[in-house]
Amino acid sequence: MTGAEVANALFVATILIYAGAMFAYAVEYAFDRRAPKRAKQLAAVAAPGADAAGEPVAAEPPISPAAARGAGRLGLVLTFLGTAALAASIVTRVVYTGRWPWGNMFEYTVGVALAGMVTWLVLVSRGNVPRRLGLFATFAVTMVLGTSVRVYTEAGPLVPALDSYWIVIHVTAAIASSGILLIGCVFAILHLLKRRYDRQVSDGKPIRFPLNVAERLPDATALERMTFKIHVFAFPLLTFGIIAGSVWAHLAWGRYWNWDPKEVWAFIAWVVYAAYLHARVSGKSAKVNAPWIAILGYAVMLFNLTAVNLVFSGLHSYAGV
Amino acid sequence: MTAVLAPPPRSEPKPLKRLRSFVRRWWHQLTAMRTALLLLLALALAAIPGSTFPQRSISAVDVAGYYDEHPDLAPWLDRLWAFDVYTSPWFSAIYLLLMVSLVGCILPRLGVHWKALRARVPDAPRRMSILPYHRVLDSEANQSMARAVLKQRRWRTTVREAEDGTVTIAAEKGHLRETGNLLFHSSIIFMLVGVALGSLMSWYGNRILSEGKSYCNNLQQYDEYGLGAWVDETSLPQFCLTLDDFDAEFTNGGPTAYDAAVAYEAGGQSGDYALEVNHPLNIDGTNVFLIGHGYTAVVTYTDRYGQTQTLHQEFLAMDAAMNSEGAFKFPDANVDPATGTVDEDAEVGFDAILVPTYDDATAMLLGTDPELNNPVLALTAYTGDLGLADGQPESVYAVNEAQIASGNLERVNDEVEVIGVGDAMTLPDGSSLTFDGVEQYAVLQVRHDPGGPVVLAGAVLLLGGLLPALAVRRRRFWIRWNPDGTVETAGLNRNDYDGLDEECDELTAAIAPGHEPPQASESDDSIGGRQ
Repeated sequence: MTGAEVANALFVATILIYAGAMFAYAVEYAFDRRAPKRAKQLAAVAAPGADAAGEPVAAEPPISPAAARGAGRLGLVLTFLGTAALAASIVTRVVYTGRWPWGNMFEYTVGVALAGMVTWLVLVSRGNVPRRLGLFATFAVTMVLGTSVRVYTEAGPLVPALDSYWIVIHVTAAIASSGILLIGCVFAILHLLKRRYDRQVSDGKPIRFPLNVAERLPDATALERMTFKIHVFAFPLLTFGIIAGSVWAHLAWGRYWNWDPKEVWAFIAWVVYAAYLHARVSGKSAKVNAPWIAILGYAVMLFNLTAVNLVFSGLHSYAGV
Repeated sequence: MTAVLAPPPRSEPKPLKRLRSFVRRWWHQLTAMRTALLLLLALALAAIPGSTFPQRSISAVDVAGYYDEHPDLAPWLDRLWAFDVYTSPWFSAIYLLLMVSLVGCILPRLGVHWKALRARVPDAPRRMSILPYHRVLDSEANQSMARAVLKQRRWRTTVREAEDGTVTIAAEKGHLRETGNLLFHSSIIFMLVGVALGSLMSWYGNRILSEGKSYCNNLQQYDEYGLGAWVDETSLPQFCLTLDDFDAEFTNGGPTAYDAAVAYEAGGQSGDYALEVNHPLNIDGTNVFLIGHGYTAVVTYTDRYGQTQTLHQEFLAMDAAMNSEGAFKFPDANVDPATGTVDEDAEVGFDAILVPTYDDATAMLLGTDPELNNPVLALTAYTGDLGLADGQPESVYAVNEAQIASGNLERVNDEVEVIGVGDAMTLPDGSSLTFDGVEQYAVLQVRHDPGGPVVLAGAVLLLGGLLPALAVRRRRFWIRWNPDGTVETAGLNRNDYDGLDEECDELTAAIAPGHEPPQASESDDSIGGRQ
């Protein structure tokens, strides 16, 4: 097996391991019946009508809470394992090509997945988030990895414009901030789901899919604060990435800012995230909309990664993508 | 702004008052955070067209191409500044309003912050138990030790002694947050000043330079140039550049390195420099960048009378495989050396495509390899009037199409003729064009932008302000010795801060070593907390 084949095998293994982890988290999420007590109480207090109809007789779950927690632990172990495999895949590519591994869109996207998963594992290890939410993190990261397959590029040498130590600084900052913001976006979505769920419950309206998933989510306020913290952490990194990029642009293209499509959309993403941070501190009604702005910010980031690379032509076009 | 909008003084004060309140109301509206928020989102939205339409400032050629493709739509888009988005009135209006809003926001806050930095830390409320963090100590606490602990941890403190014997130490920390916040917002203005300076004082020129050729810094020497409004073209720095050698390396059909060996001479000093992408040459603050490269075809034309002339002609790459287009023009050929008379239809021109690696095993003219492995020229010859005499500038990469269309230029060969290096194409009149070889050229950009360092300094300040603005939390801490001998501590968050209780517990423990903080119970489902 050549180095490139080893890297590809590890990459496929990562996706399979993450899929396994996702399944294990799903078992914990669905069958560990300790967590949603609070939500049930809330429902009972807010919707007496449901009480009158009688608490639905819960059938004995096929998996005991203890076994479900075991599945969650397995999920976490698999997540660590998959992340190690992903890192090993990237390192193998580095050894094989003898260069920094951010040379094309495929490598960039894989880097974002790694950054997102590492962010998640740090949060779980520090006890900032409950383990079972790994279901959503592994789902998001596996989606990113799946997307990267669409732009797979053979491991090869760098074009001259990328042959600079600034690739380490600029692209690493861009990848790290994209990965962290991915997790931030996941929390924004979870918050909106839970908020909607809470309102449905307090209005006594029926809960349908996908809102019923939110039943077992943590408190909506806590989810919102987590969203904000992650964005606060990532925003300076994104800012630094853009500044480093403009220093590099000066060296490689002669101008520090060219209004290249990639730069335009990075500027837009930065402005949207700045708007999010402002919305969070500008009074109640703006704060309510803030999570939507955060999601819009990530939509811009994704657009910048996909559409700008594949549709627009500009200075940031390398190796076809 | 108020001064501009204020009306001339009148005898009756009522309208004046009304106008003043009107202006004040709008000023408040403009400087409100919500307006800034809307302006930010509007700015993001307004930036989008700049990525979907070609921009003049980036590529005038692409704009011309857009005009060709959409002849009806393009003039209308141009009226809306769609090809100059970032200098358009509507884009400028948004960011200028945003800047005014920004200034209106930071100026008053600067004053408030300046006062807050020098003010005494406010006293705790009479009943400290209403504060989010509150403990009654069960051990002794020493006043001087408390002060030492707080000072060591760099809290600003104010000590108050009441008449009844109550002593309160009020401590505050985290003013750096607002300092950073104000620095962040001010540096945006600072960067904008740098950008403005740059557009007024910068200049640039692009120059195609073949191997072995030289040129000296002078606007006439550039293929394309731009001057800021404050730049005097006669006072450009004096230097000369020579391209000694150019080398492009390819791996599997993709470029991996471009190396341009240049020699420069400036103000009596001279030197050699290995110019590469990402590795510009700096001559007294003026940077020389390597921004492109291409092939130069060398041909010799032998006319009807046996007179020869050799041409080094730069070609423009059309694709990644460096298939390039260009033209050879001989306006002064076919002059009878004996009589000096000019033959009719004497001028000769060739439209040409240079293929770096021609594969005659396939039916394709264009190659897929950018390296010079089997270079050929695909030629179409024209005789007649090249149309150069009218003095109008025209493309050096193509024979004048209008002259062909009007019949002033006649096409000689119906089928494109392909010749390799050393071969010749012979025309019916006996003249011939010999393909002597291929050289390389480099595209150099010479740029001087004094605004760049200002913008960079602004960006560094921006980041330096952003970090404390987001990471530092402002909070207050109080210790009170009551006349009855009890000691209380309390803490208050001024920003969203999870660690307040832990920090206050730790402070309390440091001040009163015997005090046992109660163990807080952590729920299993906690999120966001530190454990």
